Amino acid sequence: MAEVVSLNNPSVKTGLSTKLAAGPRGKKPRPMFSPRNIMVYGALIFAAAYYLLPLYVMVVTSLKGMPEIRLGNIFSPPLEITFEPWVKAWSSACTGLNCDGLSRGFWNSVRITIPSTVVSIAIASINGYALANWRFKGADLFFTILIVGAFIPYQVMIYPIVIVLREMGLYGSLTGLIIVHTIFGMPILTLLFRNYFTSLPEELFKAARVDGAGFWTIYFKIMLPMSLPIFVVAMILQVTGIWNDFLFGVVFTRPEYYPMTVQLNNIVNSVQGVKEYNVNMAATILTGAVPLIVYFVSGRLFVRGIAAGAVKG
Amino acid sequence: MTGHANAGRPNQLLRNLHSKIASIPMILTAVVIFLGGTLWTVFYSFTNSKLLPRLTFVGLDQYERLWSAPRWLISIQNLAIYGVFSLIFSLVIGFLLAALMDQKIRFENTFRTIFLYPFALSFIVTGLVWQWILNPEFGIQSVVRSLGWSTFTFDPLYNSDIVIYGILIAALWQGTGLVMCLMLAGLRGIDEDIWKAARVDGIPMWKTYVLIIIPMMRAVFITTLVIIASGIVRVYDLVVAQTSGGPGIASEVPAKYVYDYMFQAQNLGQGFAASTMMLITVAIIIVPWAYLEFGGRKRG
Amino acid sequence: MNSNSVSVRDLSLSFGAVTVLETLNLDVKDGEFLVLLGSSGCGKSTLLNCIAGLLDVSDGQIFIKDKNVTWEEPKDRGIGMVFQSYALYPQMTVEGNLSFGLKVAKLPQVEIDKRVARAAEILQIQPLLKRKPSELSGGQRQRVAIGRALVRDVDVFLFDEPLSNLDAKLRSELRVEIKRLHQSLKNTMIYVTHDQIEALTLADRIAVMKSGVIQQLADPMTIYNMPENLFVAGFIGSPSMNFFRGEIKDKGGRKVIDVNGVDFAMDAYPARGPLEAGRKVVLGVRPEHVKVDEPGDEIHDAIVDIEEPMGADNLLWLKLAGQTISVRIAGSRRYAPGTALKLSFDMSMASVFDAGTENRV
Repeated sequence: MAEVVSLNNPSVKTGLSTKLAAGPRGKKPRPMFSPRNIMVYGALIFAAAYYLLPLYVMVVTSLKGMPEIRLGNIFSPPLEITFEPWVKAWSSACTGLNCDGLSRGFWNSVRITIPSTVVSIAIASINGYALANWRFKGADLFFTILIVGAFIPYQVMIYPIVIVLREMGLYGSLTGLIIVHTIFGMPILTLLFRNYFTSLPEELFKAARVDGAGFWTIYFKIMLPMSLPIFVVAMILQVTGIWNDFLFGVVFTRPEYYPMTVQLNNIVNSVQGVKEYNVNMAATILTGAVPLIVYFVSGRLFVRGIAAGAVKG
Repeated sequence: MTGHANAGRPNQLLRNLHSKIASIPMILTAVVIFLGGTLWTVFYSFTNSKLLPRLTFVGLDQYERLWSAPRWLISIQNLAIYGVFSLIFSLVIGFLLAALMDQKIRFENTFRTIFLYPFALSFIVTGLVWQWILNPEFGIQSVVRSLGWSTFTFDPLYNSDIVIYGILIAALWQGTGLVMCLMLAGLRGIDEDIWKAARVDGIPMWKTYVLIIIPMMRAVFITTLVIIASGIVRVYDLVVAQTSGGPGIASEVPAKYVYDYMFQAQNLGQGFAASTMMLITVAIIIVPWAYLEFGGRKRG
Repeated sequence: MNSNSVSVRDLSLSFGAVTVLETLNLDVKDGEFLVLLGSSGCGKSTLLNCIAGLLDVSDGQIFIKDKNVTWEEPKDRGIGMVFQSYALYPQMTVEGNLSFGLKVAKLPQVEIDKRVARAAEILQIQPLLKRKPSELSGGQRQRVAIGRALVRDVDVFLFDEPLSNLDAKLRSELRVEIKRLHQSLKNTMIYVTHDQIEALTLADRIAVMKSGVIQQLADPMTIYNMPENLFVAGFIGSPSMNFFRGEIKDKGGRKVIDVNGVDFAMDAYPARGPLEAGRKVVLGVRPEHVKVDEPGDEIHDAIVDIEEPMGADNLLWLKLAGQTISVRIAGSRRYAPGTALKLSFDMSMASVFDAGTENRV
């Protein structure tokens, strides 16, 4: 029996290290600090420092008191950490119109972002679904106009929208702004959903139709449950996009509805009073916090969202 | 899908009815807002509308006024400088970073997160941070001076000759991460075997990049170019936050010109004319691209 | 002292905790056509990439032409390589693709022209020299890719599944061309594939691999007729070999394999050692080594379940000893389902494996 086994696999497991000759063997030695590695990592670390610097400066400045800012340099860490600027930025900084800080803008932004995200995604996903699976004559033409329209500067279309909203009695209201976000989010989101639904196996759609399911049944019972990732991607895209919007907030709302970005700009660039840089930086961080949290939490999906939005655009 | 019993074809309009109803928002947006709105603005740019749109045609008057306004000329000049440098630096830095990231490095995810996070921030936040860093009294200039170079001068936001470069620095900080991501996706999309073949052929790495990989990424470069370019034309928030167009009118840009004339100077006609010029700028970028992209597809 | 063209000594490769190849040895003779055969993930492409120098090995050595190339760059190893996806440089013409490596190596232009012309002639791609890869068919592209290996004027060609991206017809055409190329050039060729037909038709020797280990290294006929273990037996041949699990028994002085009460006499089987009674074994018989309605010394009754006429051959699926077996007969002989027939097995061509070790006995 032992004899039988040794007859097997004649080429393998025979004479082990006796076969090795002198000379190079195994992994080619590569020093960890080769010139190539030093260059690659050196460049990356240098770049990373440039990208991180503003975040660092923001945080450090926001934790200092004004006297320390006037004396020290912006890169030095705070000697005495104070959260005073944060409190002031949130609740009592002045915008020139009022002095209740960013909190008002924050809640306005929440009230704008949530419905705008929901409505724009709902409409765009159905548009994309219709374009992918229920193509009708002329659909492609409208879609082309939509995509080309995505490249038209907003400034060209703003005033006509003002007129339309004024006619509808919605100019200056939150509803009006939600409509505007839905309109301008539509090209990219429709594209995103259309491409996603097109990538789903068509047999699935055909099978459902053979089973007698209609437009809405297929959408709700088959497409929606399969499309969670793309909805998350769209959500990330919209939440950050709408939260970061400034132009539409200024143009389409009254001051009491100004979103956080507008409020922030008014606080920091307000000409009255002494400049409180620490409060300004705290306010800036607070405004950037929501999209930053979305970014850090969603990670790869965020990248996928912008790549999907950008590459196919 | 229903009622084939009643002989003949169903009404053309009623075919796929649900789909058509569901597409109404898209159709309205495309036709009324994008197409209608654009035509409306172009149309009214030939009127002398002031506070309210009026149908009093003045021919090309608004355009003549526009092109003789110093503020508009500065805006256009700024846009050109900002645009050219922004394109060049975005592509170069973005590609270099992507190529570095593609060297099978460790901590790739960490680096990617760092390079891309500014893109999650708004232009307002970006503008305000860099306004602070570039502040001559407290920012980089004062730090360098305190290190001993007492004559060191770096105050782009307060020097009308170089203010646009101050804005450029902030814009690159915000946007190059995206370019890096697009480029990296492009690099990763290249067949691994190409790299292997180049190694077997003994082609040095930089030569492989320059002569083989970059030409293969033509489509990615063009798409990125279009994305950057359409962002450039729109630049508005960043300027508002960082300089409000100042000092004086040194950092004005067309988008801000439009906004100010439409909503503050109450000179709608000027605003319409300026926005029509923006539209033409975009068309100059988009049309050749669309031609290359879609005309080329038929050939290939 | 060594007539091997390529020698792999105790090669190991692991990525982190995953070991892909472990102390693998392989000698490829000068001018030999060796095929590495296995299903995906068996390590065959990894081994080829190690030989090419595209992957750093974890341990062991690689010799090409008796030179230790373990630490050499791919370009210095004296190899040319052809890839599954062709990997042609898309924006260069065919001529550019062929000459690029030579130009970078700073060869004199005269020499480059000579080599390109020769490669183009051998592969009959002269009319294509000025075209871009995108203007070529799959077969033409692969020919150019082979040409790129050819101009390097090397002794060893490495092929990484070169035909897998082609359709069936082109694949068989190009297969013949590669064989012809080997016959005229007489270079050493190492060829990775998962297609057993390619392996059987092209190879001087086949190395069947599984989980990073060479299961058997032998010429195609030996691999087909005398598989070393159950894996090789099952992997080669389509439809697969029929396997019967049973036990060796002594019946009236004859050794038989008892499979669910059906006996297969072992007199004609060329056993490597004594067949002890009581040993659990697996009997393997290829479909074409079962005779139908022919005289034999041991007849089994079976009923046709399904008939699959395939033109030249006719494949019958029958029930025997409680399991389904396939039998290949001449295409002209037809049997309707339900027909009762008599089978006899050609035990001289059968294989018997130990049920435990799965090795040939």
